[in-house]
Amino acid sequence: MSTASPTPPKAERGVLTKKGLQADHPTWCPGCGDFAVLAAYYKTLEKLDLPQQNIVTLAGIGCSSRFPYFVNTHGGHFIHGRSLPFASGVSLGRDDLHVFVFGGDGDGFSIGGNHLDHAGRKNFRMTYVIMDNFVYGLTKKQTSPTSPQGFKSKTDPWGVFDRPTNPMRKLLSSGATFVARTHATQIKHMMEMYERAAKHDGFSVIEVLSECVEFNKGAFDAGNPRKGGAFEIIDEAVHDVTDMAAALALAEEPWPGKFGVYYQSVEPTKNKLESDLVQATREKVGHRSDKELLSKTFASMR
Amino acid sequence: MPQDTVNPIPAREELIRDAVIRLAGNSQDGIQSIGGFLARLAGRSAQEVMTYMTIPATISGGPSIFQVRMGTGEVLSAGDEADFLLAFYQHSYDNHIGFLKEGGVLLYDSDHVKPEDSEHRFVLVGVPISALTVEALGGSSREKGKNLFALGLLARIFKLDVAKLRAIFKERFGGKSEDVLRNVNLAFDAGFSYPIDNVLDRYFSFQAEEQGDGPQQVTMDGNTALTLGLIAGGVRHGAGYPITPWSTIMEMLRQQLPQYGGVFVQAEDELAAVSMAIGFSYAGRLAVTGSSGPGISLKMEALGWATMAEIPLVVVNIQRGGPSTGLPTNVEQSDLLQAIHGSHGDCPRVVLAAENVEDCFYIAREACELARKYSVPVFVLSDMSLASRIEAFDEPDLDTLMVEPTLDTEDRPENFKPYDLERITRHAPPGSWVEGGVFPQVTGLEHDESGHPSANPQMHAKMMKKRRAKIQQIAAELPASQVFGDTEGEVLVVGWGSTWGPIRETVIRERDRGRKIGHLQIRYINPLPNDLEGIFARFDKVLVVEMNDEGLYGYGQLAMLLRARYCNPAIRSLNKTDGLTFKIKEIMQGIEAISPFPTATL
Repeated sequence: MSTASPTPPKAERGVLTKKGLQADHPTWCPGCGDFAVLAAYYKTLEKLDLPQQNIVTLAGIGCSSRFPYFVNTHGGHFIHGRSLPFASGVSLGRDDLHVFVFGGDGDGFSIGGNHLDHAGRKNFRMTYVIMDNFVYGLTKKQTSPTSPQGFKSKTDPWGVFDRPTNPMRKLLSSGATFVARTHATQIKHMMEMYERAAKHDGFSVIEVLSECVEFNKGAFDAGNPRKGGAFEIIDEAVHDVTDMAAALALAEEPWPGKFGVYYQSVEPTKNKLESDLVQATREKVGHRSDKELLSKTFASMR
Repeated sequence: MPQDTVNPIPAREELIRDAVIRLAGNSQDGIQSIGGFLARLAGRSAQEVMTYMTIPATISGGPSIFQVRMGTGEVLSAGDEADFLLAFYQHSYDNHIGFLKEGGVLLYDSDHVKPEDSEHRFVLVGVPISALTVEALGGSSREKGKNLFALGLLARIFKLDVAKLRAIFKERFGGKSEDVLRNVNLAFDAGFSYPIDNVLDRYFSFQAEEQGDGPQQVTMDGNTALTLGLIAGGVRHGAGYPITPWSTIMEMLRQQLPQYGGVFVQAEDELAAVSMAIGFSYAGRLAVTGSSGPGISLKMEALGWATMAEIPLVVVNIQRGGPSTGLPTNVEQSDLLQAIHGSHGDCPRVVLAAENVEDCFYIAREACELARKYSVPVFVLSDMSLASRIEAFDEPDLDTLMVEPTLDTEDRPENFKPYDLERITRHAPPGSWVEGGVFPQVTGLEHDESGHPSANPQMHAKMMKKRRAKIQQIAAELPASQVFGDTEGEVLVVGWGSTWGPIRETVIRERDRGRKIGHLQIRYINPLPNDLEGIFARFDKVLVVEMNDEGLYGYGQLAMLLRARYCNPAIRSLNKTDGLTFKIKEIMQGIEAISPFPTATL
């Protein structure tokens, strides 16, 4: 998201409130982890207090990707797996916007897996939240790329054979410059991760373990102290977030692993590099008008 | 340095209207450069020019040709047969001698080519091009430069304007080291001063054309013209993925747009490219994406979203031979139905087709205008032949044509609805404040007027109508269709896209011999203009000429559409899929087949 550009004065538009941010009532099943993800997003936006008209909430396809309808900001519900390139266009086209993308594990790690690699590598300025539930919920319980081996789904009734994607390893190898992990039952931690991601100048991505109570109940209990699990937070006094090798080592820890910021680095964003190129090029052509520039091109073809 | 004018010599001088010159060699010989120089020269000499190029699908090397037709008067096609063949190698001779017309001139590199002894149909002119080039450049150049030697020969034979050619060399090579420009001139001079009159008893001159007061001519290929049309139309953003023959457009946009304050992204794949372009457009920056063949297929899902969400977008398809990977470097017009119907669901959008290189500029610009005005994806269809063909045309008047892009983030009123049923959608891009503080959603789900999902059957029907009706409104606003030649009579030849030139030339020839024939080139494929039915009714036969397959039912893609719409049995189809552009005689035969010449002797 943008921290580089000035945003219009917001005083006249009022202060962001949860009420002002709510739109349609969510259609998720009662008890779905996604409610908490949404609530934490409202709270984070309230805290950041950005100009409301400059916030964009985007998504692909899946249960979680219904997200934009429940948020009163400019929003877009795109096609399956392509929310990142869509959001990249929005971000690169408009430096004044704050772009947030929400989606599930199917969107992010399966059909859109390639886009994750390239959005990370190109370091577009935006925040991407992957609501990972280890199952395809909207289509009613098929195997997802993060479904653990042995998980019984409608497409693997005898238990999943395929090895699951390791989300954190995948996110780290994408080149994303901010990679974090959190749990939908841990609102405070989730908000902290959102806020840090939103303030990161570059491609920030968060995996949120968000339970599907309908098709994968109890999947994340091991990370939830209230269910007898352990929510172990990364101690950044010990873990250097700029150390990729250390981050990769965290990614290899046994389930349920640790939560918090795995990796953060400062790299120039695609937004900045392109905008610098524009400035330099405009300078070089003497800030001529578009018509003068095109006339010159035609003249060279006489 | 030899004199730049030809000395008075006894050789005969022949005045010609135009000449088709085919240059045949290998792709690394720089024959495209000679072609380019000749085209530019023609453009600066008030001559018409059209080029035709084949490039091998191999990475580097392999036989390649460049054909230039230049002359006075309108040059409409690259020519059915060549007046001149310049053959650098034996394979060039073997493969292309059949294309040389009887009495034509074969100019060949006698170091590499040995014509058949019994060959008396042509004027044979052998010049040791390779050896003389090496000699002229000091022996270390390994035949590099023989293209310029050959250009020198042609300059002599056709009495070309050498001063203008030298100016073009200077523009092209002047930025490099002095040695390069000197070698270029040395090789050219060696060819120009070769005593060609010892072996050729004629020189040729193009008939003088009155230099009008019209605008300056510019010379470029179709992909360049299309790119400049997009810029003139206000496109400053886009995304693409490399594929032949679309790539040169994305390369040029990538290089050009930063100076206009824009950006073009090379995306990781076609799906990302179209999605990113849609993202730009949603953010209020009218964007372009494009591709060829397989790449367009990959974009189809996202394009359906753009229709559903009513996002303006320009989509360029430089068609090539299909299906699948098909013939990547050959021409075909087989993506018309895909452009119209290629996404799932009832998914109306606009499809335009460029007639020639000049039209690539105008149609791209018009596509931007329609996309913006109707908030809809607009396809621009071009093809392999237009992409690389060089033509000269009048420089466009940017004072009237240039569209400066604007970003509309003005406040919207409280009752703002992105999908208002009573008007054409005009989105409020992010950054726009909406009075009352309820912000719009854009979505690929069927939705109500505010953009929120709605599975209400009546709403689906209403929204379907909304998306359809705006396309129908475009049809009502199209300019009247222009029929060339006879407006009633025996045959109306109908085409779309790059068949414009060969059809026009055919119709001129047919009318010259007394037939009542008209030509209609359809630029607006979807929606079709509303006046076609009446035009068709005034002809005994309507022949639709297309470079695509006749299909299961004997009709090409446009012919099928026209028959379906007008139920007119006079509509017939002439198709071919040999990967080459139409020859005049092929179209004449097609006309003859459905409407024999009255005297019965052709």
